[in-house]
Amino acid sequence: MRTWKKLFLALIATLILLILPWILPSTYALHVIILALVYAVLATSLNLVTGYSGLLSLGHQAFFGIGAYTSALLAVDLHFSFPGAFVAAGCIAALAAYIIGSITLRFRSAYFVISTIAFAEMLRLISLNWYSLTRGPLGVTNIPPPSLGTLIFDTPAKAYYFILLVTLGTVLVAYRLVNSQLGRVLIGLREAEYVAKAVGINPKKYLILCVTVSGFMAGVAGSFYAHYIKFLSPDVFYFGVAVNLVIMVIGGGIGTIAGPILGAFVFTIIPEVLRASDQFRLIIYGLVLILIVRFLPGGLYSLLFTLWRKFVLSRMAYCQTEGGIRIHGDA
Amino acid sequence: MEGLAQTIANGIIISGTYALLAVGLTLIFGFMELVNFAHGELYMLGAYFTFTFTVLLGFPYWLALVLSIIGVMILAYILDLALFRPLRDQDILVRMLTTVGLMVAFQNLALLIWDPVPKRVPVPLELPPLVIGSVHLSALHLIVVVIAIALIMGFHLFMQYTKIGMAMRATFQDREVASAYGVDVNRVYGYTFALGAGMAAAGGALLSTIYLVTPTMGSMATTKAFAVVILGGLGNFVGAIVGAFILGISETLAATYIASGYKDAIAFILLVIILLLKPAGILGKARGVE
Repeated sequence: MRTWKKLFLALIATLILLILPWILPSTYALHVIILALVYAVLATSLNLVTGYSGLLSLGHQAFFGIGAYTSALLAVDLHFSFPGAFVAAGCIAALAAYIIGSITLRFRSAYFVISTIAFAEMLRLISLNWYSLTRGPLGVTNIPPPSLGTLIFDTPAKAYYFILLVTLGTVLVAYRLVNSQLGRVLIGLREAEYVAKAVGINPKKYLILCVTVSGFMAGVAGSFYAHYIKFLSPDVFYFGVAVNLVIMVIGGGIGTIAGPILGAFVFTIIPEVLRASDQFRLIIYGLVLILIVRFLPGGLYSLLFTLWRKFVLSRMAYCQTEGGIRIHGDA
Repeated sequence: MEGLAQTIANGIIISGTYALLAVGLTLIFGFMELVNFAHGELYMLGAYFTFTFTVLLGFPYWLALVLSIIGVMILAYILDLALFRPLRDQDILVRMLTTVGLMVAFQNLALLIWDPVPKRVPVPLELPPLVIGSVHLSALHLIVVVIAIALIMGFHLFMQYTKIGMAMRATFQDREVASAYGVDVNRVYGYTFALGAGMAAAGGALLSTIYLVTPTMGSMATTKAFAVVILGGLGNFVGAIVGAFILGISETLAATYIASGYKDAIAFILLVIILLLKPAGILGKARGVE
């Protein structure tokens, strides 16, 4: 797509996002949107690892959980102010991502996937059993709301603007990264690692950088989540969170910037609209994952893109095809 | 010292089931190269089928055991036909994601059908515990281990001497050549998945007499089965059995002497250590998944 068109769409999207708290029917609806934005940050951060490097992580919730626990415990036990706890959460999660990544990135394919699960599960067991630090299954309670000096984000509308800012920042960083030297190297690694190695690229260095940035994003999302919900339990490390994220990334459109955000919104909002019980929701999620992998590997984003081309652009199809303008899923 | 002997004996009992799970997963992961995250769910279904046949339908336990295994095997064959056969030549991660979807669907389907209240399968027989020196072993636990070992040995004979077993070994050594010699490769894949699933179901059906049956019992079983298979060396049956005993015994030791809450972490720690130090496994030849 042309740049000005993209900018125009982005502008409209931003406007809608800005006035959203006023047009939504209830605070509950706003709450769902806030959760969708938290998931959008997480899905974007997972997509940075999986979508561009091709390494599927089923343990990404580990960094979300580390961020959430770091921030909650710093605020509750050591009385850190929110900005300090927020930044610390990102940094500790990034550090954890660096350490865990330097081990798991030695493995490829199925071994990588299994090792990411192993680390996330170990962290879950630690959060359950290290009572003196994490309060075990009872969880951390009375976490103060997000704040910035005297400005306290204690209403859903204020929290919404805060997480919106975080999401936009995350997407911007992801966009810049993907379109930089790093992004091209990662895609090269995904497509043919040995070729990349042959032309003198050290895959490990780039992958670790990517995982560390991704960990930071998940960490700040965790921090916001803990302070917004005000309660934190070891459930954040649960395998189901990873499955949710994978469905959002793959269902939305892996390897694109817009896809995982779309996935985060669709797979957070639709179950709420249908008022489906958790069991039904998860049964359907499982089936959706199976169907998407089989029939729609590009996710919803690719579906929308195809429909757009078929129905909107068909009138100018001649110049599109003959004029040599190729449209790629390059968002 | 007496406590130690008892702990190791308890570890051996657990290992029998881990071995059944791991042998099944060795077939599916090691040979079919299907990273089966629904393996624990097949084990869970084995347990729930046994519960349904014994408690709800009133069948005797031994009949229920056989029927549950057969039931899961039929289900597995259908799954392979419908889901994995069309994806056979795709990337390993595509098939893996399908099994993740299956895992989530099965776990919550079980929650829906059998509700979240843990189920108990009545003990089929009353025998006095076996006492060797200071070590007490419950007769039921011993029978479970003996059946597990018998199933694994039966499986070994099946692979070595039956026509289907030979077709399986041939197929996974060289699919094209096996196919050229008239082996119906697609059916062999289906049988292999069914057989691996049957082993997992047998583990679940046997353990349902000792532990409570819950819809989430499979998740831990899956990760442990992966740990054992990788520990033993991918595609190596003897390795899988050795790995099962290493995991079972070190888990009970850790639970007794370190902290019971961290018992489940042993599998992951062993997994990461073996991947770092000897990715081919303790008994494995160098053979990657890629």
